[in-house]
Amino acid sequence: MSGWRGLVVPAGVLIAAELAARATAMQSDSLARPSDIAIAGAAALVDGTMLRATAQTLAAAFAGLAIGAGLGLAFGILLGLFRTASRLAAFSVEAFRPIPSVALIPIVLLIFGFGYRMEIAIVAFATFWPILILTRAAIAGIEPRLLEVSRALGFGLGRRVAKIVLPAALPRLFVAFRLAVGIALIVAVTVEITGNTLGLGYALMDAQQSLRPALMFALLLWVGLVGWGLNAALLWAQARLFGPAAAVEAAP
Amino acid sequence: MIWSRALWLAASVLVGLCIVLLWQLAADARLVSPVFLPGPDKAWAALERGFASGELLDKVLGTVGRMVWGWLLASLLGIGLGALIGISPAARAYLGPTLEFLRPLPASAIVPVAIAFLGLSEGMVLVVIGFGALWPMLLATVHGFAAVEPRLYEVSRALGLSRWEVIGKIALPNALPDIFAGLRLGLTVALILAVVGEMLASREGLGLWILLSARAFRAPDLFAGVILLGLIGLVSAALLSSVERYALRWRTPVH
Repeated sequence: MSGWRGLVVPAGVLIAAELAARATAMQSDSLARPSDIAIAGAAALVDGTMLRATAQTLAAAFAGLAIGAGLGLAFGILLGLFRTASRLAAFSVEAFRPIPSVALIPIVLLIFGFGYRMEIAIVAFATFWPILILTRAAIAGIEPRLLEVSRALGFGLGRRVAKIVLPAALPRLFVAFRLAVGIALIVAVTVEITGNTLGLGYALMDAQQSLRPALMFALLLWVGLVGWGLNAALLWAQARLFGPAAAVEAAP
Repeated sequence: MIWSRALWLAASVLVGLCIVLLWQLAADARLVSPVFLPGPDKAWAALERGFASGELLDKVLGTVGRMVWGWLLASLLGIGLGALIGISPAARAYLGPTLEFLRPLPASAIVPVAIAFLGLSEGMVLVVIGFGALWPMLLATVHGFAAVEPRLYEVSRALGLSRWEVIGKIALPNALPDIFAGLRLGLTVALILAVVGEMLASREGLGLWILLSARAFRAPDLFAGVILLGLIGLVSAALLSSVERYALRWRTPVH
């Protein structure tokens, strides 16, 4: 590992910013000294507001992910197993998939109003498509002889999926899941930024509007840390559980 | 072969039309309140009305313009910086971890920071789009340059190529598939951030249009806007794919 060299740039930037802010005796509504950012971040961590916002964001992200990934997995298995279904659905999938998830915010807002349900619905829509596509590809990539074996054994659809298909596709499904976790977090924060009064995105907007740049930057760093931590934990789990089997990145 | 493909395509389009028909039936039967779900006939009428008055075309052009400018800005910057970082192992060692840390950061999280500096302006929206679309491009380019077969670099050294020749003749063509993957992801991000930026900063475009339509309970206009946004995503991705196929036609398919 080239450990220390990776730390040079961020540390240099922080020190330079601190020195520049002190040398010019900076007073600003949009910038803050790194030391003030650290203090604001520590204060928000200690009084629990940051952790509560994080819990709200993660709750909405994972609830949406559970729905989106569950449905995506079900349809993905169906389309992966049956070529006819896959070909028939091709046009509809390609027509609906490019709709940007944020475009649904106004529609979902009409139905649910602000709150968890609206955010969950949007996250579910956003994670459904990548999971569907990657599951379809993972299932279609299963060694055909395994499926022949299951047919020879006279398995029904349920047992075929549970005993042969899912285990065989599991490494690639996990890669899809890891990507979807990232998407879920990004979409949840985006929905909060655009107006939902929940979680880290709202806390960020609130800090900006109340002219507390130190808290705003502390939250931004925290959001980055949460995203990085989630990804790192999943990468670790992926290497631990599947090893080189998951190294074949699921190409969309 | 080509006939059976055309036949399957026709069948899948037919399935798509059946879904629209189901939507029409559901709307006609008032299974869902028309406040939330207008029928496709109403959405189509709203599209026609919007384009006849020229209003919707302006919004489409506003959103597409914003998306394309931000994306181009991000592409040039991302590929340029990515090439410089990717070609040098030292730069990768110093900057790589920082880039990896920033990769999962939701691009929309910098919206408040951009607002703090630039206010609710057009420039703010462009900066957010550019920043958000920059990362996929930058990281894909760095990866593409770093993944070039080392023997090719040895060959270039043996041939006495200059640094720029190495980039132009060896590294860039080899990194091209990665760069296109980054371009495609960046395009999606750019469209999403264009919509978010319009909603927040009230800039003329489809994002603001669907938000205002929803507030005024004009569901057909809202659906017309969402359909157009889907079309923009579809068409831009298709255009990029055809450019990609043309640019990568020298590659022999691996599979």
